[in-house]
Amino acid sequence: MKDIDTLAHDSHLKRLEAESIHIMREVAAEFANPVMLYSVGKDSSVLLHLLQKAFHPAPPPIPLMHVDTTWKFREMIAFRDRRAKETGCRLIVHINQEGVAQGVGPFTHGSAVHTDVMKTQSLKQALDKHKFDAAIGGARRDEEKSRAKERVFSFRNAQHRWDPKNQRPELWSLYNARIKKGESVRVFPLSNWTELDIWLYIYRENIEVPSLYLAAERPVVERDGTLIMVDDDRMPLEPGETPRMRSVRFRTLGCYPLTGAIESEADTLPKVIQEMLVATTSERQGRVIDKDAGASMEQKKQEGYF
Amino acid sequence: MTTDTAKAAIDAYLRQHETKGLLRLITCGSVDDGKSTLLGRLLYDTKLLFDDQLTALEGDSRRHGTQNGELDFALLVDGLAAEREQGITIDVAYRFFGTEKRKFIVADCPGHEQYTRNMATGASTADLAVVLVDARKGLLMQTRRHSYICALLGIRHVLLAVNKMDLVGYDPAVFAEIEAGYAELAAQLGIAQVTAIPVSALKGDNVSTRSTALDWYDGPTLLEHLETVAVSRAAQTLGFRLPVQWVCRPDQNFRGYAGQVAAGAIRTGDEVVALPGGARSRIARIVTADGDLDVAQAGDAVTLTLEDERDISRGDVIAGTASPPQVADQFAAHLLWMNDHALLPGRPYWLKIGTRTVSAQVTEIKHKIDVNTQDALAAKRLELNEVGVVNVSLDHAIPFEAYADCHELGGFILIDRQSNATVAAGTLDFALRRADNIHWQHVDVDREARARIKGQHPACLWFTGLSGSGKSTVANLVEKRLHAMGYHTYMLDGDNVRHGLNRDLGFTDEDRVENIRRVAEVARLMTDAGLIVLVSFISPFRSERQMARALFAEGDFHEVFVDTPLAICEQRDPKGLYAKARAGALKNFTGIDSPYEAPEHAELHLHAADTAPDVLAQQVIEELLKDEA
Repeated sequence: MKDIDTLAHDSHLKRLEAESIHIMREVAAEFANPVMLYSVGKDSSVLLHLLQKAFHPAPPPIPLMHVDTTWKFREMIAFRDRRAKETGCRLIVHINQEGVAQGVGPFTHGSAVHTDVMKTQSLKQALDKHKFDAAIGGARRDEEKSRAKERVFSFRNAQHRWDPKNQRPELWSLYNARIKKGESVRVFPLSNWTELDIWLYIYRENIEVPSLYLAAERPVVERDGTLIMVDDDRMPLEPGETPRMRSVRFRTLGCYPLTGAIESEADTLPKVIQEMLVATTSERQGRVIDKDAGASMEQKKQEGYF
Repeated sequence: MTTDTAKAAIDAYLRQHETKGLLRLITCGSVDDGKSTLLGRLLYDTKLLFDDQLTALEGDSRRHGTQNGELDFALLVDGLAAEREQGITIDVAYRFFGTEKRKFIVADCPGHEQYTRNMATGASTADLAVVLVDARKGLLMQTRRHSYICALLGIRHVLLAVNKMDLVGYDPAVFAEIEAGYAELAAQLGIAQVTAIPVSALKGDNVSTRSTALDWYDGPTLLEHLETVAVSRAAQTLGFRLPVQWVCRPDQNFRGYAGQVAAGAIRTGDEVVALPGGARSRIARIVTADGDLDVAQAGDAVTLTLEDERDISRGDVIAGTASPPQVADQFAAHLLWMNDHALLPGRPYWLKIGTRTVSAQVTEIKHKIDVNTQDALAAKRLELNEVGVVNVSLDHAIPFEAYADCHELGGFILIDRQSNATVAAGTLDFALRRADNIHWQHVDVDREARARIKGQHPACLWFTGLSGSGKSTVANLVEKRLHAMGYHTYMLDGDNVRHGLNRDLGFTDEDRVENIRRVAEVARLMTDAGLIVLVSFISPFRSERQMARALFAEGDFHEVFVDTPLAICEQRDPKGLYAKARAGALKNFTGIDSPYEAPEHAELHLHAADTAPDVLAQQVIEELLKDEA
């Protein structure tokens, strides 16, 4: 196993870990009905790990919720169910049944409509249905420009909207958790982590992540310069298009038709981190939705997307 | 590469990370000083930009850039669409970069005076401030303001970046003059350490690489200084302090107190005291998910168990017994007001400090401080972005430290009780009196004894409503009937009290708050005396009615909302006041040019427009006596 046993008390990873734990405990102490949004990706894996650490030896007092668009990689769903069972966390799965009834999907309706209906609207439905007053998410400030300005405790009005021009000032580690009925707070314990921090932490804490992050031979097609894995037979192939087996891995996980793979031979965690250190492409590039328009993420966030 | 060599390389990298420290800094300067350009340059020079970000930057530079299509580094860090269009930065953006020696978290802060609160957000977590000055302009009012905010938030290290040296021909005399001017300013503000560096963010001179154009300068580059400057957090002399965040009780056999160590260190077996309660015990275990620790130090997130069962809850501070913190309920503090609605002395707010939230009011504004000049000015209120020196009074005594000694137990926020907005940031300076010196005068004849002899349960009936709504009419009827039934009563009427006790008060928001505070206190004294008190006051603000309610025991305060629509009140106009107000002869008149905030949870809601006063009076008496059978 690893020959590094304990992190130095003042190393930056230890400080980030302590800060995240502090934030999660504040959520448990100050909200009546919090939830942790679990999206099965690496950031969610780190969140789940920190959630367990924060309340040890008690089981986490906060349930997990996955907003399932029905287009996730099959491995993600299996991984999700297994991890929930292993950790003993209560798992809530929400699917927008109206969207399903209308047959909404990325191929038929395009990525924008699919993401709005099956992810953004679905998340709002789920939060309203369960009346959650706080939702912990794994977003980081290094991911994207509008996220760089978001608070750790990010206030949402009763319509789940974020008002970037009128954020609550947030000083020291004093988080304002006060809200009125119907309002909520999105909480981002990983705000100050970078992608590299996440990977290093996963490695040194032995945190399990879906194997989609590691390179393997997978059936992919190339569309608009993006490698898409053919994860099931719902993917319509264009004339002359045949899936080819290529050694690929994913830097982020989402709906398989909207998640670009990168060619890689890195089939172990150390090799992935190694590639990270010399990477020349930032993480969200693999996500098709970010490219829509200049400030599109900010707009999606104002509308309630995570 | 094989897995083994990759693993060895990563392990080596991790080991290096272990010794790598973290520096949090804030950048301040105005829109034109080149702050965003400097940050973008740092990201670029430390190779933190990815290919796709560079490609996006090239596109953005062509569309929105100000550098004639050249890379405009400012666009990298100006996040929100609104800002990009206006070319300004309205909120704190956090940026991350690292070198071989340190990891950096940068709070990039807006410069305009109207964003002082955003700057305070960024400054609150920073160890060091980079203050940018345009070499052509020298020290400006805003340099002084930013430096003052940094000093207020306790930043002890300033890197003075004299930028745009290329535009003054790299003239050493220009730099020397600015450096000397700033040294004087820093001395006035009490900033301990200043390092001045001449740079050009646009050209890259002295940012991460030494510049030949600046060969007369032999100090470190900006990045070298950030990598090596020794920043000490607050004094290390404090004893152990852990604000309890969460009580961990998975089963009957385990009771742990989870929290992050704010100061000092503690070992198993050490004696501790929980404040403000004062219960003592010894540390049994220091629990973490990675196994028990022998010692917990400042910054660690841990769970403590004690040798004895003690009643300790969230908000308490577990401290070493050698030098525990003081406990007090009245403080002198600096306050930065961060809301559009001004601070009103006497109004109750939530105060959050450490993990504790208590009710607090500002009892006095000693003076406000001009953030631009640091002059002390007289003030009755604090407006958005104003700083004041104030006295704060809490409804509970709390353990605390002066902010200068410990940010975690000396920094606080105020939260508005209605809007829940974070309205102020404060730093505790010192306690005005120690709580353990306050003793209530002991009395042998107490409240219960006085009530018993009158054979009644004391209570306060608080009538609120617009002028002319019928409050006093109904209250009068209620008192008459209670009197006839043999109850001991007293009525406090708005107009009458203003002739005497509150003769010195007018109708500004501040004076209305004070008006209600005095009346509420008098009403409380009267219930102490055993009376049923009827208070008939417009009392337009929810916060003040809540403050009044908080003075009474649960069930002793009955809020009676006399609800008559404004149109009807105005039609009645028994004192001719509405007519005057409409004519502009009466300012701040409730309902006309001053708001009335209707109660949300009044014990009794009287629909007074269409019901006879004696029927309403009966409803009030039923509410009052509903528990007496």
